[in-house]
Amino acid sequence: MSIVVKGLTKVYKMGSERVHALAGVDLAIQRNEFVAIMGPSGSGKSTLMNIIGCLDRPTAGAYLLSGKATHKMGAAELAAVRNKEIGFVFQSFELLPRASALKNVTLPLLYSRTGWRNPTRAARKALERVGLEGRMRHKPNQLSGGQRQRVAIARALVNAPSIILADEPTGNLDSQTSEEIIELFHQLHEEGQTIIIVTHEEDIAGHAQRIVRLKDGKIHSDLPTKDDPTHRAWAERAAMALSGSGSTIASRNGGAA
Amino acid sequence: MTILRVIFQTVLMALSQVWANKLRSFLTALGIIIGVAAVTAVIAGLNGMKQFVLDEFSTFGAKMVFVDGERPESMRGKVSWRDVQLDLTEVRAIADNCESIERITPIWWGGYPVRSGDVIRDGVPAMGIWPQWHEIENRYVIRGRPFSTIDEDEGRQVCLINEQAIVELELDRDPVGDIIYISDRRFEIVGIVETKDLSAMFGGNDTRTEVFVPFSVAKRLNPFGWINYALAQLRNPEDADEVVPQIRHVLRTMRGLQPEDEDTFSIGVAQQFIDQFKKIASVLTAVAGGIVGISLLVGGVGIMNIMLVSVSERTREIGLRKAVGARPAVILLQFLTEAVTLCLVGGYIGLVMGQALALLINQAMPEGFPPAVIPTWAVVLAFGFSTAVGLIFGMWPAIKASRLDPIEALRHE
Repeated sequence: MSIVVKGLTKVYKMGSERVHALAGVDLAIQRNEFVAIMGPSGSGKSTLMNIIGCLDRPTAGAYLLSGKATHKMGAAELAAVRNKEIGFVFQSFELLPRASALKNVTLPLLYSRTGWRNPTRAARKALERVGLEGRMRHKPNQLSGGQRQRVAIARALVNAPSIILADEPTGNLDSQTSEEIIELFHQLHEEGQTIIIVTHEEDIAGHAQRIVRLKDGKIHSDLPTKDDPTHRAWAERAAMALSGSGSTIASRNGGAA
Repeated sequence: MTILRVIFQTVLMALSQVWANKLRSFLTALGIIIGVAAVTAVIAGLNGMKQFVLDEFSTFGAKMVFVDGERPESMRGKVSWRDVQLDLTEVRAIADNCESIERITPIWWGGYPVRSGDVIRDGVPAMGIWPQWHEIENRYVIRGRPFSTIDEDEGRQVCLINEQAIVELELDRDPVGDIIYISDRRFEIVGIVETKDLSAMFGGNDTRTEVFVPFSVAKRLNPFGWINYALAQLRNPEDADEVVPQIRHVLRTMRGLQPEDEDTFSIGVAQQFIDQFKKIASVLTAVAGGIVGISLLVGGVGIMNIMLVSVSERTREIGLRKAVGARPAVILLQFLTEAVTLCLVGGYIGLVMGQALALLINQAMPEGFPPAVIPTWAVVLAFGFSTAVGLIFGMWPAIKASRLDPIEALRHE
């Protein structure tokens, strides 16, 4: 089990008002799942992603990442967890403009306690994996949008994380490039990566095995996208992990809209 | 290890930042540059000057004491100028009664025509001295013999000349035993004194012809003669403070001065000049230090400003770094390193400029003046201050950066 979230609540104070961004979310994501998180703005999907990405802590509830209780951790510990367990891919790539592709990919290793043995080799391998072996010395402004996102994905891969967490990874790309990036995610998934994509685009989400829809800070639906027996078995195990929490794992026919 | 790695990477990154924003970095570091350049130039100048003056005094003799008659303001018009001049009894009394005095000589001084054969030189400085003069002035006879007490007591017509005089008067290479005429009186040369190369500080480094005669003989050259001044030597340089009251006591008693009367003489002790000079030099150094402190403060505010700008410009980058696992302490360290790097680059440029200024000062100085030298401690100090300024003024921006919320930071436009 990669991710187990129970009774997750996040309350923000907006002046004197208290806004419930998350109001009790239960969710389990297995190793090597490909999950899309969807929902309208204000549904709490960004908050959920931030907490799953260890960038934020819940007000209440528990979050176990690879068995570690991250909701109890301090800022420095969370940083170490992000470094080791999570590879982020952002909508706007977030590459350092003055650094080469190689340097950008090396960045997480700079903050890693263990990954520094041969950072350049690791970064090269990651760039080769995303098909940019010929662009290592290029700076972001010498690369196309798709290439930049590939650099960002290589950066996410370089520390061999437990989860790749992608926030609208195709939001700044044209449809053809988007397809290429999604195809890359598919390949990584097939190689065993756990991938979580936050998106509001149905066709992007359709590439995942499972779509989690949020509404008003709660899980509205959690459905597999295809009748995949392997995945069904995972989903059932996930449901057992959360037994008694009230979340339902419905069949495909139940509501993929 | 993480920390060293981060520092190393950050220094490289900071240097590339500095290079990428050349103009901005330069303007930012200008305060530091000017501060460090000013301090090194001032310290170099002072250092050179101090060394020079101390060298000068030590060749001149830190143990030297001058005693001279002087008419105080209040006695102008009442007492003749001649009446306050030293006389031989007073000089002898000082020698006999002042414990701190090792030896003393009266000096009689005048300019006279000197002739050797057909060669005549006008206005040659002639000095009447006692044999003790050599030890006091630290100038010895290099050929022939010095004056003896017999020369003095019997008033023999003998003289010493310096090396320059041999040239000026076109004498033989070894003129000991030759005859010259000082103010038409016949003198036998008994010895040669080294030419003293008077330095810039004491009236130019020209070499002059000098002749010396026994004090008793000098009086004959000028019938109205009086003692120009007396030159004494301390037993120990540490006696500098004691010798003044001792001499004052002797002279005031002999001159019958009442307690309310002012001194009719002046006493100068070389060591006191040295102490005075050292005091002035350290005050100047302190003042320069103050000025530098202010300019470094201004420079530091500039650094803080640009670092705050940098933190706000690079908010997203900070967010990203945090997202990929940079701990708050590492971000703090990174921005501190960047501020220190900027300051050190500024400090280095400042040092180079300070060195250039010192060289300019050297060029502008007349010949024989001390070279401005930047001492090692000033270099260390310059880099130390730069680092300190970077740490102090980089701290707040760095703390700000380290406390940024990664989510907020990544959302920042």
